[in-house]
Amino acid sequence: MKQQLRRTMLYVPGNNPGMIKDAGIYGADCVMFDLEDSVSLNEKDAARFLVYEALTSLDLGDKEHLVRINSLESGLGLADLEAIVHTGKAVIRLPKTETPQDVLECEAQIARIEEAAGLPMGSTKMMAAVESAAGVLNAREIALASPRLIGIAIGAEDYVTDLKTTRSEDGVELLFARSAILLAARVAGIDAIDTVYSDVNNEEGLRKEVQLIRQLGFDGKSIINPRQIGVIHEIYTPTKKDIDHALAVLDAIQEAERKGSGVISLNGKMVDRPIVLRAQRVISLAKESGVLKEGVYAQD
Amino acid sequence: MRKISLKNIPYLEELHEVNKVFNLKKITKNTRTLAEREVHHNKIVGSLEEAVHRVGLQNGMTISFHHHFRSGDFIINMVIDKLAEMGFRDLVLAASSLTDCHAPLIKHIESGVIRRIETSGLRGRLAEAVSDGLMDVPVVFRSHGGRAGAIEQGDLPIDVAFLGAPSCDPYGNANGYIRDRDEGIMCGSMGYAKSDATHADKVIVITNHIVHYPNTPFAIPESDVDYIVKVDEIGDPAGIMTGATRFTTNPKELLIAELASKVIFASGRFQDGFSFQTGTGGASLAVTRFLRDKMIEKSIRASFALGGITGSIVELHEQGLIKKILDVQSFDLRAAQSLRDNRFHQQISAGYYASPYSEGTAVNQLDVVVLSALEVDTGFNVNVLTGSDGIIRGAIGGHPDTSFGSSVSIIVVPLTRGRIPCVVKNVNTVVTPGKTVDIIVTDHGIAVNPLRKVLRQRMIDNGLPVFTIEELQKKAEQLVGIPKPIEYTDKVVGVVTYRDGSVIDLIYQVKQ
Repeated sequence: MKQQLRRTMLYVPGNNPGMIKDAGIYGADCVMFDLEDSVSLNEKDAARFLVYEALTSLDLGDKEHLVRINSLESGLGLADLEAIVHTGKAVIRLPKTETPQDVLECEAQIARIEEAAGLPMGSTKMMAAVESAAGVLNAREIALASPRLIGIAIGAEDYVTDLKTTRSEDGVELLFARSAILLAARVAGIDAIDTVYSDVNNEEGLRKEVQLIRQLGFDGKSIINPRQIGVIHEIYTPTKKDIDHALAVLDAIQEAERKGSGVISLNGKMVDRPIVLRAQRVISLAKESGVLKEGVYAQD
Repeated sequence: MRKISLKNIPYLEELHEVNKVFNLKKITKNTRTLAEREVHHNKIVGSLEEAVHRVGLQNGMTISFHHHFRSGDFIINMVIDKLAEMGFRDLVLAASSLTDCHAPLIKHIESGVIRRIETSGLRGRLAEAVSDGLMDVPVVFRSHGGRAGAIEQGDLPIDVAFLGAPSCDPYGNANGYIRDRDEGIMCGSMGYAKSDATHADKVIVITNHIVHYPNTPFAIPESDVDYIVKVDEIGDPAGIMTGATRFTTNPKELLIAELASKVIFASGRFQDGFSFQTGTGGASLAVTRFLRDKMIEKSIRASFALGGITGSIVELHEQGLIKKILDVQSFDLRAAQSLRDNRFHQQISAGYYASPYSEGTAVNQLDVVVLSALEVDTGFNVNVLTGSDGIIRGAIGGHPDTSFGSSVSIIVVPLTRGRIPCVVKNVNTVVTPGKTVDIIVTDHGIAVNPLRKVLRQRMIDNGLPVFTIEELQKKAEQLVGIPKPIEYTDKVVGVVTYRDGSVIDLIYQVKQ
């Protein structure tokens, strides 16, 4: 089974046909059609129809598609779910999740629609976005609320407003939330996705932020402009040095197994379980991102 | 002095040019200084009207103009208004191109002052009116090289060229900038005007800056110029050019540009000393940026860059990445300033650039050209002239010239624009024949002309997303559907010629 990369999730306004038809060409790992904040109230229906048509008529390839729905309490979320779940082609991204109950309510509706539509039970995946102080403090319970969840994301703009602050360049105000969400994701065994970086013309700032979230452990980031994809993928792609080391670690394991040795060592250093796991992750990421093909580093 | 009798010269009948005896009385030395001469002995005439009288313009003659002032041009409207006022009729207007600012010509066509038009392109209201059947005689469209060739060969004889120039000395040395200051109208290269000046029967330079003799280095030499007219304004600087052409931030154009640059790297032409041209249009211009990074990384220098020149080409030149620039048209102020200041930034005429009748023409020395398009079809034919509604909205420019001359021609075009497919089964108007088009680069992948098998294999070997042109066409159709065919009347409004003057396509009036 191919591991799904989620380094970049490209937001595409659900009411913009021009952007929807071209969303797949930029090489983002995931495309996320938005029915929520980027669509004004008087265009909600049109956007829902448009996204439904896009999912059912465009050649989506094997790219993961998500749809950010309106919340159930807005009165619009149910219609969104009815339309999108029926396609069987998109992960449902919940906005503004505050409690595990939010996830469960949505899941119950999804299950009902799946059953009515004759879709395999549990086939529709979900992703929760946490955008408030309450949501961050409930992150663990939210992440564990449903086996349908594939990831948990942080939405920073609403969150910092909730905290009575604003976003700063180094993101110190987000440190707790990012850490909390990341830990919750890891406890639940799902992906952690960072918030958008909205200054699309500031490549240096984006670079710094992506280096930070990668170091924290995030799997990827939501993005609002295709121009941000290159930088993020570059930072997330293992370097030749990382890959060479990982390959050496895996070779050492094979060597030890062949010799029947219980202790594995590489260049005189003991290779223990975390090192092996890290090496496996590097190789997996290198393969998925296309720089490692059949054991050969593919970039000159 | 010796008394001379011609009869004493043996074999005089064979020395044809020797036939008169020197006469001292005929010689009057002029002791005026340069400053005095500039005022009292020059080619400046008092008015446009006087210049027109002096060149002997008559009804039915061909008058020519250049388009270096782009949509800021005042010259064409000014001159035709004057000729209309003077009562001229049935003139042939042969401009290197016409644009949206030339809509006032409509009334002169309606009143019979202008009988027919030769141009590279038409835009705006004039283009719409022509498409709607304004003229009895169809407009003849020529490429920049085709026009220069036709002028050289006498197929398009020009009686009087009216050439706007940002600076000119009292004897006619004219230039696209003022050497000692940045202000005023600046258009940089006057490449298209150079061809007209060389071959026209009579040349009138219209300028707003008379500068001191000698206005060197010049675009047009005094030997080509008959009269000079000084006017207050020759154009609107804002319409002529902006400071520096900015790189596009449109992600789709950037995607196409990056893919096009990968195509260049994989083409086998990306070697030290290669030559290239990038056309106008966001994606085409942005290719330069991706080239730059790779040129630095691989220590590759281009021998020359050609064509319409932008600030981004100048930047590469000044960084030592491009040795020489051949400039037929400067697209921004940065390019114009470089032409003035950089020794190896050379101004060239349209004939030097792209004439089909010279083996050494610059387009033939191109390794790679990147060009935009309105439409491409499954036969690799390219349309840069008519829109999806069949209405004229573009210019041939140097498209067929560079496509033919270059070792590899690359067309950058989005697969769709809004709801309009840009890769189609048949283009509305064939401007550049598919046989000379090598690679189509879209935002959904590339297609290589089946005639170029080695090139195609190189693209595949380098992991580029290669499709057949039919596959790209189907993709476009899948995204936006099949447009309803355009309905035309049987009236021909435009004749599209290829470089050699042969007719490659016809443009018909669109049915309303």
